[in-house]
Amino acid sequence: MNLLDDRRPGRREAALGLLATLERAAAAQTNAGAARIGITGAPGAGKSTLLDALVRRLRARGQTVGIVAVDPSSRVSGGALLGDRARVRSGARDRGVFFRSMAARERLGGLADATWPSMAVLSAVFDVVFVETVGVGQSEAEVTELVDTLLFVAQPGAGDVLQFMKAGILEHPDVFAVNKADVGAAAERTAGELAAGLSLGAQADADWRPPVLLVSARDGRGIDELADALAAHRAHLVASGELAERRRRARTAYVSDTLERRYGSFGVERIGGREALRARADAGHGAGFETALAIGREIEAALGKPA
Amino acid sequence: MTLPHRDAPWVFRTYSGHTSARASNELYRANLAKGQTGLSVAFDLPTQTGYDSDHALARGEVGKVGVPICHIEDMQALFESIPLGRMNTSMTINATAAWLLSLYVATAERQGVDPRQLSGTTQNDIIKEYLSRGTYAFPPEPSMRLISDMIAYSVDAMPKWNPINICSYHLQEAGATTVQEIAYAMANAIAVLDAVRARPDVPASALSRVVGRISFFLNAGIRFVEEMCKCRAMAELWDEITRDRYGVADARERRFRYGVQVNSLGLTESQPENNIIRIVLEALGVTLSRNARCRALQLPAWNEALGLPRRWDQQWSLRIQQILAYETDLLEYADLFDGSPVVAERVTELKRAAREELERVLAMGGAVAAVENAYMKRRLVESQTARLRAIEHGEIQVVGLNCFTESEPSALTEGAHSILRVDEFAERDQIERLRAFRAKRGEADVQAALQGLRDAIANGANVMPASIRAAHAGVTTGEWAGVFRTLYGEYRAPTGVAVSAAPAADHTLAELRKTVKQLGDQLGRPPKILVGKPGLDGHSNGAEQIAVRARDVGMEVVYEGIRLTPEEIVQSARDEGVHVIGLSILSGSHGVLVMDVLEGLRRAGLERVPVVVGGIIPDDDAAKLAEAGVKRVYTPKDFDLNRIFGEIASLVSEAAAA
Repeated sequence: MNLLDDRRPGRREAALGLLATLERAAAAQTNAGAARIGITGAPGAGKSTLLDALVRRLRARGQTVGIVAVDPSSRVSGGALLGDRARVRSGARDRGVFFRSMAARERLGGLADATWPSMAVLSAVFDVVFVETVGVGQSEAEVTELVDTLLFVAQPGAGDVLQFMKAGILEHPDVFAVNKADVGAAAERTAGELAAGLSLGAQADADWRPPVLLVSARDGRGIDELADALAAHRAHLVASGELAERRRRARTAYVSDTLERRYGSFGVERIGGREALRARADAGHGAGFETALAIGREIEAALGKPA
Repeated sequence: MTLPHRDAPWVFRTYSGHTSARASNELYRANLAKGQTGLSVAFDLPTQTGYDSDHALARGEVGKVGVPICHIEDMQALFESIPLGRMNTSMTINATAAWLLSLYVATAERQGVDPRQLSGTTQNDIIKEYLSRGTYAFPPEPSMRLISDMIAYSVDAMPKWNPINICSYHLQEAGATTVQEIAYAMANAIAVLDAVRARPDVPASALSRVVGRISFFLNAGIRFVEEMCKCRAMAELWDEITRDRYGVADARERRFRYGVQVNSLGLTESQPENNIIRIVLEALGVTLSRNARCRALQLPAWNEALGLPRRWDQQWSLRIQQILAYETDLLEYADLFDGSPVVAERVTELKRAAREELERVLAMGGAVAAVENAYMKRRLVESQTARLRAIEHGEIQVVGLNCFTESEPSALTEGAHSILRVDEFAERDQIERLRAFRAKRGEADVQAALQGLRDAIANGANVMPASIRAAHAGVTTGEWAGVFRTLYGEYRAPTGVAVSAAPAADHTLAELRKTVKQLGDQLGRPPKILVGKPGLDGHSNGAEQIAVRARDVGMEVVYEGIRLTPEEIVQSARDEGVHVIGLSILSGSHGVLVMDVLEGLRRAGLERVPVVVGGIIPDDDAAKLAEAGVKRVYTPKDFDLNRIFGEIASLVSEAAAA
């Protein structure tokens, strides 16, 4: 995990090499590996405590869990306070749970550069991998590119249909959980608003109707149902073939994004521009990281740097 | 105007207890013989958080910051030869207050004393535990229920007892400004009274008596004029709130009654002899104004920033109170400040600003809601950050710390014995006594009593009678708290650090950021630091300040919060891939806990990750820690956080280059 997060040039190559090896190993396997689940929601919605309750339930069901939690970095100092570990306590003294905090650094959305590769590595080891991140709107769009299933955590009184739609959060999530159901009527109302909003808009996946669940991290209600809903979405993805599609999309997004960040638009122009980059990254099926390494070398050669 | 009769003085207390019930009992009797007029019991952290002395989390903490009380025989030993019917006892206990009060009542019953005769106070303010002190155990809802059970029970069964002491003390320690201290204390009191008022078993006719039993516990800082005004402002506000919100007609029931521990936070480790002057001035702040004079006073010892005070140190503080009450003419006069326009103006302004902040908290649903959404915590962390920066920059002057630092060697701290050392066998002996007690008690009685407690909780009955029966039956502190833990789980309060704003950069901070950025280039990623508190000590203010500053210098901070086992810290260090570990320990159990962390790191192959420790750590202990591999030890005299982080950055750089 430290290697994946290391920006020094030699280490970056080594990290991509590790990912390429993992990718080949995964391609040789018949099953799809770990379930990759994103968790987003506004600050204060209770994502961490809900995650804590969910992890407990999954552990009771015998599943191992890897977690990547992303927090924003300070624009001013570049530092970051990564506080979620204190709230997800179910992993303490349990080697079946791995928790890694990371800072978003210069990225504005809810993700860090190392998020996707970390998730890919954890997927090789754990049954379920979570990515937890703050945010409403922009970050949902970003996270949904990286995961199989996106869980959105809302809190009671979060707003009406229009506000949910304005924030653009209805399009991406596969499962909605209204937390703090123990407060009663306000939670019911928010769940109703969300369900109403969902019936209005079009979903990316026409064959999956995102469920809206009432849950409470505090008194434990709805946690079992939430674990079931996440498993059901996974089963749906496998059965419909959508899982492979999402994984391919995620890898393409990561590879092209990484190369763009590294070489800038000037570098990307050397190999025919953004679209060409995406197409080539996409074509390298089953060997995305080797493709990335190859494209990188090509750009460096075109830029006149030693490969 | 002189009074026809000299006023009776306030109750003189000393916050004390350590090692064992027997050792503490000896101390109490010695203090009473010297003219102390009440007792103030300090419990150790396992007792405060509901663990028996042999629990894994109790390791290193037994008898350290207070007395360990596991069962009725411990409580009986604590009050051996002290007639409870004539004593005024204050107990600093919160999460497990209902249990310790039950043990106290059972002990009184075994002494042949009617509980109706008992007078004293249980601290019992859980909201400030979430905000500052950290010795909570259960979530807010069941905690509030325990509090309201105690109030509903004691209003009839123990009419001379103060079942709760709303604490503004710890808010000031956590950084509260005067206005915040007033506002949040009032918000806490309102949360408690609203909960009691909503109970079906408390008739409207009893509410006035309930209000009359609510007491407060205040801090008194060095700005003693403002502190005096604060006390007057709180007295007036309380009178208005209890009249308007709770309809209390009897002015005596609306009286603002409070005890005080003067400020320990401002006591310095450097030139510690100056602390005695500070303590005297702070005592004036809460005694000068007759209309807002404290009912009970506890003075800290001059050497608290160095370690545990000895008996002689406590005696010196008791003598301050006695000289003030008996030698001076203070108690011969009516209020000295009535009619002063200067005081009136300050009081009016404090009240106005406090009301405004109180309304803000009430609008978001009251004190419990403002804990859960971290509003109050965030405001406190911000104030604390601002205060520490002002000390660093010299805007707040602290003599001997950031100005007038040149000093002759202190004659008071010469020699190695200027603080108390807890007997190193105290923990082992306590565990032996506990196991012997468990072996001889009637197991069937214990199980029946625990079932009775569970039934009371399930039926919504008051838990006090069942708890008192459990005390007599031989139930232990860990078993009683275990019933609640099983039902409600552990609670983690929001830390408030994640949301506090970064300060504007001054020159040193800007330089430091540059250094940290270069360090990041060397490491391949920004330096990552783990900040955590091993053991049961919940005073998280220091650790939070370190976490916030670490972010502000550009580090990535895994802030783990309180109550971690050494094993958990090692696991986090490994999973998170941190470059340095900062541990904060104020309870005096640094020896065992830090050694366990170092050993765990060695076993995990992480011995190269540098460890720094901060806390109240005597010099010779610091030397031992350094010998064991700790890279730096910081104590309260190290107030310059930028210097600390400069050193930490160098440590990380050296470790990476090695």
